[in-house]
Amino acid sequence: MVAAAERSAQPAAATPARPRSSLGFRYSLPVLLLLAVGFIAPLVAVIAFSFVEPRSFDLWSEPTLANYRTIFEQTYYRSFLWSLAFAALTVVVLAVICYPVAYGLARVFGRWSNLVTLLFVLPLFISENVRLYGWVLFLIKGGVLLGGVKALTGIELTSILFTPPMIVFGMVYVYLPFMLFPMTLGLSMVPREVTEAAFDLGASRAQVFREVELPLAMPGIIIGALLTFVLGVGAIVEAKVLGGQSVIPITHDIEIAFTYAQNWPLGAALSVLLMLVVGVLVLIVLKRFDLDRILGRR
Amino acid sequence: MVSGRFPILELRGLTKRFGELAAVDAVDLDILEGEFFTIVGPSGSGKTTVLRMLAGMESPSSGDILLKGERINDVPANRRPTCMVFQSLALFPHRTVGQNIEFALKIRGDAAASRRARAFELMDLLRLPRSYYKRGVTQISGGERQRVALARAFAYDPQILFFDEPLSAIDYKLRKTLEKELKDIHRETGKTFVYITHSLEEAMVMSDRIGVMRAGRLVQVGTPHEIYTEPRDKFVSEFMGEVNVIDVVADADGLLFAEAFGTRLTAPAHRRGFQKGHLVIRPESLRFLERPEQAENRFEGTLYNEYVLGSRIQYQVRVGEHVFAVERLRQHAFGGRLDDRVLIGWNAVDSILVEE
Repeated sequence: MVAAAERSAQPAAATPARPRSSLGFRYSLPVLLLLAVGFIAPLVAVIAFSFVEPRSFDLWSEPTLANYRTIFEQTYYRSFLWSLAFAALTVVVLAVICYPVAYGLARVFGRWSNLVTLLFVLPLFISENVRLYGWVLFLIKGGVLLGGVKALTGIELTSILFTPPMIVFGMVYVYLPFMLFPMTLGLSMVPREVTEAAFDLGASRAQVFREVELPLAMPGIIIGALLTFVLGVGAIVEAKVLGGQSVIPITHDIEIAFTYAQNWPLGAALSVLLMLVVGVLVLIVLKRFDLDRILGRR
Repeated sequence: MVSGRFPILELRGLTKRFGELAAVDAVDLDILEGEFFTIVGPSGSGKTTVLRMLAGMESPSSGDILLKGERINDVPANRRPTCMVFQSLALFPHRTVGQNIEFALKIRGDAAASRRARAFELMDLLRLPRSYYKRGVTQISGGERQRVALARAFAYDPQILFFDEPLSAIDYKLRKTLEKELKDIHRETGKTFVYITHSLEEAMVMSDRIGVMRAGRLVQVGTPHEIYTEPRDKFVSEFMGEVNVIDVVADADGLLFAEAFGTRLTAPAHRRGFQKGHLVIRPESLRFLERPEQAENRFEGTLYNEYVLGSRIQYQVRVGEHVFAVERLRQHAFGGRLDDRVLIGWNAVDSILVEE
């Protein structure tokens, strides 16, 4: 009798769960389809094109590794290295610049942090190109800065425009919010009492920073670093506008392959390699810094 | 229990202003070596600010804090031989139980072996299984985390421990256990404990002495017994839990006149020139009477409702527009039915007179 009741109770318990999950699937279907068409399909197309004969547009020909061979035989590695180095340098500079500001936003500024945040966000409403050309006008020989100095003092200085450091400057300038805000979030997730407890237990300010604040803010810092790194590797305008093509980043090579050179397969192969390199680096970082573990969720 | 001890902490006109508002207003207080002192007050009474100033996390606007006679106003928290246990416990979530307990020792530069020995010693004292040493602090229960926080605070042997309502977020049953445990630990360690809470009940269970705070001022300081039996004013008496309060004025012939009831009442013995104020009667001091002469003071009313409060039952008796709470132990439950006319009363000695 009891066994029979249990048996009949089981399917009854299982049924309410099923429609809910299938309902969730049905409602998420449009988004899933959109992602499949809009994200995965182009990616597959790029990967497929990278195995097509150089300078051809026929996807259905015999697959070949010729494009990859070309890349390894020529000096494309330099562009890769430039891009990765610029992105890495940008991340480091941003981390150092943003930490004090993020600390201020999270802990010190109080109601003034709204205004500071707004001022950091406002430039995002203006096109990146426009802002970068603004810097060109400001820094170019005879421009606002150098022209002004010359008019006032008669001293003629050389412009730092169109040099590699200017590229890093441009990237730092453009990607700053993408480091600042995740970092602020990370820092505001550090409970004030936890840092106070460390201080109360005898830790100096430096020890509180090293032992408590930094590790607990790390998820936000890592997210900011990954965002700016990925954006930085994909950067192109900064090198073109502020760098004056003194350095060719990999994104510029890809653009050339797809446009002037009309060599889609080569561009596709470069893109695939770039995705691989960035993907592997991101995975290594995520593995090294287990975000859940840092947050103490596991 | 605490007589003959010297004050380890002295607060002299301690004041903290946030802008115009004085969160703590000229508090004078001696906390004695080895005592369990509790500051009680509602939220916003300034008790947390007092504690934060004592711990060195907030600096006084004026007044002094003396530790064993030496002024420590400007000594930062990391150089004071005191330690705070926070309401949130503030454990380091990215560290293990062992690393949490040993934090202060590691900062001090103790060797790993001696740190570990001390951690085990404290884990034994606080009845934490040694196998927890390598566990993450997020993997253990709330009560265990509480003990880790205590062990972490005890680790470097501070002279005074501060507690910022560490039990308020814990469910009732566990809280009752931990209250007693904390008092036992206080006995075993002999340290000075300064505890703050908004629950006078909690303060009563644990403290040697209690200070009641209201609006930044220390209203009354005394043993739990003194606070309970001789509350200085209506605020303190009401803070002790539910009480019945009757507004009264002194009468010429030594009686009290309760205008709201148009009756005269017998006053308790200690009057000290009382003119106008409140007569406070605890629910357990009120009794149901069979005959009027069974109590010195009495009212007739209607039994309106009853509430079972665990071991006690509370009855609500309405006398005109006034509501009285009468409490009895459950095994002595009152037999009356709702809406019955009842006679309630109390003896003068069971009431407390407080000035306006």
